[in-house]
Amino acid sequence: MKNKNNKALGPFFSLITDLPGGGKAFMGILLAVALYTVIGNTLIPESSFAHVPTYMVTLMGKYLCYALLALSVDLIWGYCGILSLGHGAFFSLGGYAMGMYLMRQIGDRGVYGNPELPDFMVFLNWQELPWYWSGFDNFFVAALMVMLVPGLLAFVFGWFAFRSRVTGVYFSIITQAMTYALLLAFFRNDMGFGGNNGLTDFKDLLGFDLRSDGMRLGLFVGSAVAVALGYLICAFITRSKFGRVLIAIRDAESRTRFTGYRVEFYKLSVFVISAVLAGIAGAFYVPQVGIINPSEFSPANSIEVVIWVAVGGRGTLWGAVLGAVLVNWGKSYFTGAFPEAWLYLLGGLFVCTTLFLPKGIVGTVPEWWAKIKLRLGRFKPDLIQTGKGDM
Amino acid sequence: MRFWNKSLLLAGLLLFGLSQLVAAETVMDLTKSLSVKSYSKKSVIIQKIAQTGDPQATVILQSLLDGSLFLTKDAGLPVLAAKLGKEYALSDPFTGVDLGQVRKRALKKIRINNKVRGILKASIARLNLSHPNPRHRIKAAKLLFKNLDKALLAPLQQLVEAENEGAVKEAFETTNAALILLHGDTIDARLKAVERLKAAGGPDVRALLSSMDRKLQAKASSDEQSEKLQLVVQSALKSVERQLENYGLIESLFQGISLSSVLLLAAIGLAITFGVMGVINMAHGEMVMIGAYTTYVIQEICRTSFPGFFDYSLILAIPMAFIVSGICGVIIERSVIRFLYGRPLETLLATWGISLLLQQLVRTIFGATNKEVGSPEWLSGAWEVTAGLSFTYNRIAIIFFALFVLAGLMLVLKKTLFGLQMRAVTQNRQMARSMGIKSARIDAMTFGLGSGVAGMAGVALSQVDNVSPNLGQAYIIDSFMVVVFGGVGNLWGTLVGASSLGIVNKFLEPYSGAVLAKIFVLVAIILFIQKRPRGLFALKGRSVEG
Repeated sequence: MKNKNNKALGPFFSLITDLPGGGKAFMGILLAVALYTVIGNTLIPESSFAHVPTYMVTLMGKYLCYALLALSVDLIWGYCGILSLGHGAFFSLGGYAMGMYLMRQIGDRGVYGNPELPDFMVFLNWQELPWYWSGFDNFFVAALMVMLVPGLLAFVFGWFAFRSRVTGVYFSIITQAMTYALLLAFFRNDMGFGGNNGLTDFKDLLGFDLRSDGMRLGLFVGSAVAVALGYLICAFITRSKFGRVLIAIRDAESRTRFTGYRVEFYKLSVFVISAVLAGIAGAFYVPQVGIINPSEFSPANSIEVVIWVAVGGRGTLWGAVLGAVLVNWGKSYFTGAFPEAWLYLLGGLFVCTTLFLPKGIVGTVPEWWAKIKLRLGRFKPDLIQTGKGDM
Repeated sequence: MRFWNKSLLLAGLLLFGLSQLVAAETVMDLTKSLSVKSYSKKSVIIQKIAQTGDPQATVILQSLLDGSLFLTKDAGLPVLAAKLGKEYALSDPFTGVDLGQVRKRALKKIRINNKVRGILKASIARLNLSHPNPRHRIKAAKLLFKNLDKALLAPLQQLVEAENEGAVKEAFETTNAALILLHGDTIDARLKAVERLKAAGGPDVRALLSSMDRKLQAKASSDEQSEKLQLVVQSALKSVERQLENYGLIESLFQGISLSSVLLLAAIGLAITFGVMGVINMAHGEMVMIGAYTTYVIQEICRTSFPGFFDYSLILAIPMAFIVSGICGVIIERSVIRFLYGRPLETLLATWGISLLLQQLVRTIFGATNKEVGSPEWLSGAWEVTAGLSFTYNRIAIIFFALFVLAGLMLVLKKTLFGLQMRAVTQNRQMARSMGIKSARIDAMTFGLGSGVAGMAGVALSQVDNVSPNLGQAYIIDSFMVVVFGGVGNLWGTLVGASSLGIVNKFLEPYSGAVLAKIFVLVAIILFIQKRPRGLFALKGRSVEG
């Protein structure tokens, strides 16, 4: 597989050049979309139809965050067979960590003008900042927490769960219970995370105004880079030896264990990596939508993420990205145009995807294509390829 | 002789009429004099009215309390006035005769303040103490307990002695004891009163005793007698408090059992389908919701078409909900789930989609707002065990209903052919099929049964919760927890899971608040499942890994 010419370019570029065709195409499309958005927003005049308005930039930035979240779910579900119904919790925790930093950035510009305490704490008559808020005025501490908190939770949770071999639906159910418990916890005012209003009214990030066009474009580019890096990491993991073991665990867990692999270790590692990715997605999400509140923890959100992956195609990384963007685009469109119809569509999507598209769009469309080709040209059966195995 | 008899009778009648006349006149006069401005004078007049003991006094005082008693400005006559458009319709408070309509200008309202209102209530209660209906008398005695007046001491004493009805006498005695404790003059009588109060118990007695205790402590001059009284009061207070604490525990236990029964109803169908098919049915909550909406529809039909049948609509709703939800379950199984065998995670997703569809469907048909499902007459109210301890009838009914459903399911599982086949499929699907059991049919019927039971849970939930499209969502995670905790394939596991979850939840609530209690329970289960990944009552054997 490895291309000798690219070795000189260093390990990073070899990551890209080693990608299979589908992966390269995906990186190309991502780059093209990002470039076009930047150019369309800044260089093309507003009067032109090719202009990309700023709200569109933010919307696409949001989709990219969802795409990263979908990647993280696909990494564990598509490649290791772990169906987590609690990934919304890791996403939200990353979001809250970023939200806390943004809250501290408000300083004395809040409604109550208190330089130390966020508005909701003044409102609740708190005298000083709780200990777990300290350090969040530093961006690097916050960025570290964005990864550390979801990672740590995933580590503790996964360590308990995988060690005692909680698998299948049981694992799904307890991850759902986990995000539900967090939902209830974050609704409480005493937690010090703003109760059911959550964290909002953000002003700026790293000194730049969050509402300025430049900042929005910057966040979009940041999200695009995060998705690209996340994709590369996932692609690297899944194609490494480590990834092969994950796939073996997915397909025959007991057999893998009997072959001498420590299944718990593999599962735990990939679960933690996935949680960190989800946390990063949440951190990019919050400054773009301008709010984080406990409803992000709701179990329904986490299940929705799973359906993005299923629609796109589990076990194919760019399928997860495609599914996340498609479903969310549909959601934006239908909740605006036919709000009544959206839940029917979403429900139908769950049912139809599992029944008719078990491999998702990415897995099923080539199969159909192959069948059509078979009908068209019966004389060339040797060209038929089913399941290309693209990532 | 005969003449004398007649004349005596006549004289008696005359006397009676005269006394009535006199009484009416006094009440009338007193009512007229209510036109004074001073509230304290009004209070005195009100007490005088009450002392007449006239049945009409109750009417006057009650209407005064309601604010419907007015005096006409020209003659100063008391009238009852009800607003009728721009004018007021007048009637005579004594005879009820219609007196026509007047403008507001012609009337003068008798104003009262809170203090007067308190006195009014006590006076009415005092009048009610001699009401012919024993229930009213008990109520009056309890009301008086909160408004203990020295003036009542003597009359109540007489009433206690005259009373024959057991329960009424007891209530009178308790109130009387409270009066004696506060206003009695001999120490022996007061000590006895404390004993009597201690026996009665309840939150009112606690409040009285603790205020008495404070009063005694505040008193600087402590002679031997009051010291003794204080000791007795304190010990009685302690015993009443201990009793109330026990009641609190019993109440928590009851609440816990009540929550458990709701959880049991919601989870039991889930446990069956999970046990047999290894599938978590995410749309299970929606089956509960459909059951609740079936109840609503049946009740509405009864309300509009057969009003006399309304009280029994709930009983009719139970089999109907079972049938409607059961049919829904069979349709879901035949149309979606049977294509997903061996892929439990995909089934989970598909059923989640079905739950979204059903929720939205119900929202489209019935609207997103809560629907009101009424309680029949025989389920409203509460069973009052003693003072400070009562259980509502609808919760008691749900507990029994849950046990009834559990017993019914046990019977089906243990005593019928279908149950036998179901258990066989649960334990080893392949082997069961080899023995000629049509496992696909069993799956469909099991799913129908589980869904039908969920529908019956919906009937019960409609009595304690809001009927809305989100009803099922509120219970689904808790039901999962019950199943995961209790283990599958065994109804005892579900029973133990539901009752421990419900009771632990309710016992934690007073200490930590409802939300934290729930979080604790969730965390505890997440930890528990590490120890026993297959639940409390796990199936053992070959089928487990499958």
